[in-house]
Amino acid sequence: MKITVEEVEHVARLARLEVSTEEKQSFTEQLNEILLYMEKLNELDTTGVVPTSHVVDLHNAFREDIVQESMPRTETLENAPEDNDAEFVVPRVL
Amino acid sequence: MEFETVIGLEVHAQLLTDSKIFCGCSTKFGAAPNTHTCPVCLGMPGVLPVLNRTVIEFTLRLALATHCTIARSSRFARKNYFYPDLPKGYQISQYELPVAEHGWIDIEVNGESKRIGITRIHLEEDAGKLIHDETQPFSYVDFNRTGVPLVEIVSEPDLRTPEEASTYLKKLRDIVRYLDICDGNMEEGSLRCDANISLRPVGSESLGVKTELKNMNSFRFVQRALEYEIKRQRAILEQGGTIVQETRLWDSDKGVTHGMRGKEEAHDYRYFPDPDLVPVLVTDEWIENVRSKLPELPEAKKMRFMQEYELPEQDAVVLTSGKDLAAYFEACVARFPQPKKVSNWIMVELLRELNRDDREIHQCPVSPEALADLLKMTDEDVISGKIAKSVFEEMYATGKPPETIVEEKGLKQVTDEGEIGKVIESVLTAHAGQVEDYRAGKDKLLGFFVGQVMKQTQGKANPKIVNEILKEKLKQ
Amino acid sequence: MKLYDLTIHELRRLLDQGETTAEEVTGTIYERIRMLEPKVAAYLSLAEKRAMEEARSWDKKGYGDTTKPLAGVPLAVKDVICTKGIRTTCGSHILANFVPPYDATVALKLKEAGGILLGKTNMDEFAMGSSNENSAFHPTRNPWNLDRIPGGSSGGSAAAVAADECIAAVGSDTGGSIRQPASHCGVVGLKPTYGRVSRYGLVAFASSLDQIGPITKDVTDAALLLNVIAGYDQRDSTSVPRQVPDYRENLLEGLAGVTVGIPREYFVEGLVPEVERAVRQAIETLESLGARAIEVSLPHTEYGVAAYYIIAPAEASSNLARYDGVKYGYRDREGKTLMEMYRKSRSEGFGAEVKRRIMLGTYALSAGYYDAYYKKALQVRTLMREDFLTAFKQCQVLVTPVAPTVAFPLGEKVDDPLQMYLSDVFTLPASLAGIPGLSIPCGFTSEGLPIGLQILAPHFEERLALQVAYNFEQNTDFHLRRPEL
Repeated sequence: MKITVEEVEHVARLARLEVSTEEKQSFTEQLNEILLYMEKLNELDTTGVVPTSHVVDLHNAFREDIVQESMPRTETLENAPEDNDAEFVVPRVL
Repeated sequence: MEFETVIGLEVHAQLLTDSKIFCGCSTKFGAAPNTHTCPVCLGMPGVLPVLNRTVIEFTLRLALATHCTIARSSRFARKNYFYPDLPKGYQISQYELPVAEHGWIDIEVNGESKRIGITRIHLEEDAGKLIHDETQPFSYVDFNRTGVPLVEIVSEPDLRTPEEASTYLKKLRDIVRYLDICDGNMEEGSLRCDANISLRPVGSESLGVKTELKNMNSFRFVQRALEYEIKRQRAILEQGGTIVQETRLWDSDKGVTHGMRGKEEAHDYRYFPDPDLVPVLVTDEWIENVRSKLPELPEAKKMRFMQEYELPEQDAVVLTSGKDLAAYFEACVARFPQPKKVSNWIMVELLRELNRDDREIHQCPVSPEALADLLKMTDEDVISGKIAKSVFEEMYATGKPPETIVEEKGLKQVTDEGEIGKVIESVLTAHAGQVEDYRAGKDKLLGFFVGQVMKQTQGKANPKIVNEILKEKLKQ
Repeated sequence: MKLYDLTIHELRRLLDQGETTAEEVTGTIYERIRMLEPKVAAYLSLAEKRAMEEARSWDKKGYGDTTKPLAGVPLAVKDVICTKGIRTTCGSHILANFVPPYDATVALKLKEAGGILLGKTNMDEFAMGSSNENSAFHPTRNPWNLDRIPGGSSGGSAAAVAADECIAAVGSDTGGSIRQPASHCGVVGLKPTYGRVSRYGLVAFASSLDQIGPITKDVTDAALLLNVIAGYDQRDSTSVPRQVPDYRENLLEGLAGVTVGIPREYFVEGLVPEVERAVRQAIETLESLGARAIEVSLPHTEYGVAAYYIIAPAEASSNLARYDGVKYGYRDREGKTLMEMYRKSRSEGFGAEVKRRIMLGTYALSAGYYDAYYKKALQVRTLMREDFLTAFKQCQVLVTPVAPTVAFPLGEKVDDPLQMYLSDVFTLPASLAGIPGLSIPCGFTSEGLPIGLQILAPHFEERLALQVAYNFEQNTDFHLRRPEL
């Protein structure tokens, strides 16, 4: 599989990244080199192999339904790039 | 060409837990913006979600009540997309392994029962709220609702009419309310419904191109939006056009649906198992434990009403359609133990008033106790059945107890034979000709005399007594 | 005696005996930091005022409380671990001004054990890198040779320990980020079993791989620090509810009866002869101490880099979606629309390597590629995990080189991402399998650069790795050498 410049543009958009024309080229080249290397995995027949998404066998980690105190709003908004003392402010969503 | 409509519903129900699905913040509605938030639901760097046990418990209840197969192992996945109300840039949801699948709900349409398949029931976290500034180029984000637990119930495309869809939705709402897991309020958004709808030529097996309808925040809107969409799609198809697969919003002011303008690039949610959460394993014991604590569901309650109160099935179906309505009936019967009479009154008088005003039973101004008292008064001949109906309307309009209304308006039934006798005398005197005809054999005129007497007493005279005295006097 | 080059256990003895004070030690270390930082640049921020206050407060309270094993001990923490009220940047512009309103569980545990936080150490941005050159602020230099990289991504922590700019440190390891810099800086680094230490408050890179661990001057300190930070945490669903042993307990046990596995796949082309020689020498030392060495096979080793560089970027692409300029972190002010704000904030806020990995991960998860890349990588992960389980039927621990080379010159691999990835070849498999791995100094090159020995143990058997490492350490003197600065 070879990734095209168009695919790089599409992926960048999905990931909300802006890529310059130059970056588009370099990302395409680098990703292709890396993906070519990944082809190595196809040497292995993994039919029927269960994928491992957790290395330790755990299940049912729960908390009880008990309300805990929330954070003071001043702290919530402390790191906000822009706020109105109550809400986070963003460019208008159409 | 004749078309058949195919509808499937995706219903989101907010679960009535005290705390959010992955953190301890309160789920209470209506708090000041961003006061029910913490590092976890704000998606601060480094935080991790921990699943609320009660969320699973509630979902198991729903799964059992809808005859679903419960997954012994389910897990959470990340649905990746950017939106300012989504603080982590992904929504924790379920994808490959939902909590439950393959269930059904029976609905009654035009007196017939129809089984609607449930494809799956899965959990996810709610997003925050966006407020748009009308005058400035800004939107404001409130994360209080972020992380409120949602259960999504996806139906099979088994629904064929807007009415069926609305009935299914109501039935589903009845169930979640019976189970005490959701308040079922569509206006406040604790129950939300999206619909997938397509048309196909009658007899066709394959599905047509569908549209997804959103923004229908009442039962009526669901029905109207579907009706509109059927008309729209049919018009396109009849002209040989093709349906565009898209999301359309219902505009309740204009009564139309319209496509969401250019909002979406193609979605690619890149689902993958959430590495921060471990699988949920559900044992037989857990399922049995939940089952043993299930409240009486509409179906079982209906059977009980038929046996215990000797009600006809039709009555039992209506009375058990909602947990609150059933409770209303039972409270009324407890005070006035004539079930069929109570049932008639609820089904005819009470529901007519409620339907007219589009009100729910819990919004009814007449308490079950007051209704029972009213029925008692008819039973004890304090008022006539006919008067009772007008008293009821007054009770519904003012919320006053029946005694007060009867008292204030002087509606007590007249049972004094002397008084009634006098009225009868005057009626017979005034209609001497008819009296002669009656005595000559025109028996049917008895009704005319009764009517005249009732008219003069404004309906308050006890009809039984009126009849007796009339017959007596006409003999002479 | 120089106070700054003390280990935790040595310092604790002096404090207990009243031979020094926390104030004196902490002050001395800050003096050294001031002197060396222009050269080493291990830190991103310092918390001197607070640290000095805490030191004085410990001196006042005294050192009788045995439940405070770190009382009065000045420590450095990698800047990927959230510290309440102290800027936590993850080495990224996007979080340059982020001040967490909460403490990571590990930060809390260190505090509760009495540790004094000196400051936050430099790192590759979001822990993505093997050289520290991906820090958005400045590269850290290797104290053994200032023209060389200290390794990464916990390069700041490892360099701070090696340069005696702290008594000990914690770092995080996703694919070798503790072990490799520890190896390059000649100190001890331990990546615990996945699930052993809480990840709550550790800014996520790849959630199924990330793990916090100690970077210390000797093995005893590593055990001691692990004692403090290990354990189940209700806030981390992936932390394991399993008792924490006293990791110092069996350090003194010998190596008689211990079988050490030597995986042949780790001695291949690309392994620098000087490194191989030192590792082989170390194995002989272990044998001379009573261990039995056998050759074993981990057949899927060569697929580790490919599997890891799909899984980790995939998870990272999702984990890093929250940096969108809305709630915290950098926001571009030029963009007028929401889309512009997102794209400009993220493009200006993230560095090249982070963007590369986000692109790679997004691609691997996207429609049509999930099965070919992500799922395939998870299946290979299963095979690699099974490799280890099989090997551990024959031996108690595995011994390998940490990296194929010693610390390379700054700038050498910066423009060649794949070459940089390939340098992680020996540390990635243990990460993918979730087993613990320890790096301990086992020699120096002719140029005087440290070489590390990796000791791998089965899940939750950190003490075995520590025991082998301790025996090795007590019979060698590599850990006693200090760089000339």
